[in-house]
Amino acid sequence: MEKLLKVEGVSAKVNDKEILKGLNLEIGKGETHIIMGPNGAGKSTLANVILNNPTYQKTSGKIFFDGKDITDEKVDEIAKSGIFMSFQTPEEIAGVSVFNFLRTAKGKIDGKNVNYFDFKEELEKNAKALKMKADMINRDLNVGFSGGEKKKDEILQMLTLKPKLAILDETDSGLDVDAIRTVSKGIQMFKNDENAVLIITHSTKILQALKVDFVHILVDGKIVYTGDGSLAKEIEENGYKRFEVGV
Amino acid sequence: MPKTKVEDVNQNFYDFKNADNFEFKMDKGLSEEIVREISSKKNEPDWVIEIRLKALEIYQKLELPVWGPDLSELNMDEISTYVKPKTEMKEKWEDVPEEIKDTFDKLGIPKAEHEYLAGVGAQYDSEVVYHSIKEELLKQGVIYTDIDSAIRDYPEIFREYFTKCVPLSEHKFIALHYAVFSGGSFVYVPKGVKLEMPLQSYFRLNSPESGQFEHTLIIVDEGASLQFIEGCSAPKYNKVNLHAGCVELFVKEGGYLRYSTIENWSKNMLNLNTKKAIVEKDAQVDWVSGSFGSKISMLYPMSVLKGENAKTEYTGISFAGKGQNLDTGFKVAHLAPNTSSVINSRSISKNGGIATYRSLVSILPNATGSKCSVTCDGLMLDDISRSDTIPVNNVETCDVEFSHEAKVGKISDEAIFYLMTRGLSEEDAKAMIVRGFANPISKEFPIEYAVEMNRLINLELEGSIG
Ligand SMILES: Nc1ncnc2c1ncn2[C@@H]1O[C@H](COP(=O)(O)OP(=O)(O)O)[C@@H](O)[C@H]1O
Ligand SMILES: [Mg+2]
Repeated sequence: MEKLLKVEGVSAKVNDKEILKGLNLEIGKGETHIIMGPNGAGKSTLANVILNNPTYQKTSGKIFFDGKDITDEKVDEIAKSGIFMSFQTPEEIAGVSVFNFLRTAKGKIDGKNVNYFDFKEELEKNAKALKMKADMINRDLNVGFSGGEKKKDEILQMLTLKPKLAILDETDSGLDVDAIRTVSKGIQMFKNDENAVLIITHSTKILQALKVDFVHILVDGKIVYTGDGSLAKEIEENGYKRFEVGV
Repeated sequence: MPKTKVEDVNQNFYDFKNADNFEFKMDKGLSEEIVREISSKKNEPDWVIEIRLKALEIYQKLELPVWGPDLSELNMDEISTYVKPKTEMKEKWEDVPEEIKDTFDKLGIPKAEHEYLAGVGAQYDSEVVYHSIKEELLKQGVIYTDIDSAIRDYPEIFREYFTKCVPLSEHKFIALHYAVFSGGSFVYVPKGVKLEMPLQSYFRLNSPESGQFEHTLIIVDEGASLQFIEGCSAPKYNKVNLHAGCVELFVKEGGYLRYSTIENWSKNMLNLNTKKAIVEKDAQVDWVSGSFGSKISMLYPMSVLKGENAKTEYTGISFAGKGQNLDTGFKVAHLAPNTSSVINSRSISKNGGIATYRSLVSILPNATGSKCSVTCDGLMLDDISRSDTIPVNNVETCDVEFSHEAKVGKISDEAIFYLMTRGLSEEDAKAMIVRGFANPISKEFPIEYAVEMNRLINLELEGSIG
């Protein structure tokens, strides 16, 4: 079967510094993938490059999504084709409420008008499931949110926009145990046989309730090893030493 | 990825012209003869002519300001200072001539009057063509009329206040204003009368190569309260038009006045406008100001906090696009103890536009226990635009709470990227960020005007993708 996402030999640089060095990755429908790797290896860069953030220049390789070449596609078109990214550091947008922002985004992603009442009902239900304070959706997007609140807000956006592929960049970092459990529950609510997730993480806590299909180790701009779900536990205990170049 | 480009607006809602049909258009230029002719057309009493002539003399002596935008393209020999439309002032909308009525219909004026205003004034070129006020307000003694009628019908009160807030010699363009002023509104709200709905005056300059010099004089008596809204627009011509209006506001003990302006002059307009309020004991004046149009603006409303406990708030936004230099800000003088001022200004610049925030805060020695807080933010949408803040603060007593915060920055590429990953196009993302930035200001406008402001922001950002 055609893979949902194919990253083929992608190299990319930022400010003339090469960060991704011929990276390959394939994700199929229904799958859960994990990427682990030392700080600065290029994990966030990979997420940004898949969404074609103009700050990063691709120097070689191609990216396909749902059978379509999206290598040079505009960011919003990639989003509309069904890729979502939860940011490691979500942006703060003053003067725009979570509610209004998400209603606009939902309309763009679905390409049709959003029914106000249905939308409101679902958003409130999801926010509640993520244990977000009731007034949260009326506040300015991420402005003055705590680290944990920002990450929950990202998961709320994922649940609202219902992408085919969700890339979660260290959504669990810096969260307390309860918040990690809530975020993990949000991922379970989202996940089904038709969509896929790619989780960038340093810890297995967020994975416990999830069925992980593949764990990739990303070192120095390349995926150097791919294993099954058990690899995550080993990494958490022993670190990346055995995968690092020159060791 | 090729970057999308946000172009300037090429089609403007306000840019529709009527033929230059006038009853009388003054010869271009400025001279004693012309000033006398304006006055005689209006059948003015001698004391008004004397003010006009004295102002002309002052105008001829004063130099152009040595700071701010370059005004050298202004040539008074190319400007007609008085254009009388083909109608007298009407009190019934049906009586206004079709073409002029049509203009204000397009701008939504009669609809607004019907829905949420207590009274409306409409000026076309140099004269007010329509003025009306709700019957029950008349009974309460509220006066809302044009300046010519005020001079004729309320000479004592008019003369008592006229030029007493903004004197003739304040600067060159106010002298010019007093030499050729025409049109505008006069409002008197008697003691204790509180208007629930706003009054609105709308100024439309249709005639090319001309100037608009309307005078607005508002007196809010003790314990009274008023919201006043002023709107202005013009179609775009190739040559310079000039607007040098003047607003004088008097708010007596315990009174309240909220003065809101949405200005969208065409981009060939030099907008050199002067506004000032004298605020007595326990009174308050709030200014809300949105500046979108004009080629050059120099506009710095001022509150003089004259009585103890007097308060003022200024909330302003300006949006400078291609070819625009908007030099705006606020001035406040704290003259009495326990006075307070809050200044909140935001400016947006794009496509080479220049937005400057300029302010002057004076807190005099006897203004003890006073408070002043200034916040100004500038947002630049690209690398070729400019946003500057030039604050001047004279604080002459130690017993004050004074704070000043200024931030100027470029729109964040990461924020644009973030919104684009949620399906918004680059234009939509920028518009959302700009609207959000403007939001603390837009929400100070009456709701209908907040909608209007968002529409203006969208218009400014609209454009083709290149
Ligand atoms: N926008 C950027 N500007 C400059 N350097 C960057 C930028 N993004 C990433 N880098 C650099 O690229 C390398 C990889 O970063 P990143 O992808 O964030 O790593 P990871 O997410 O694996 O910790 C780091 O050296 C980082 O400093
Ligand atoms: Mg990272």
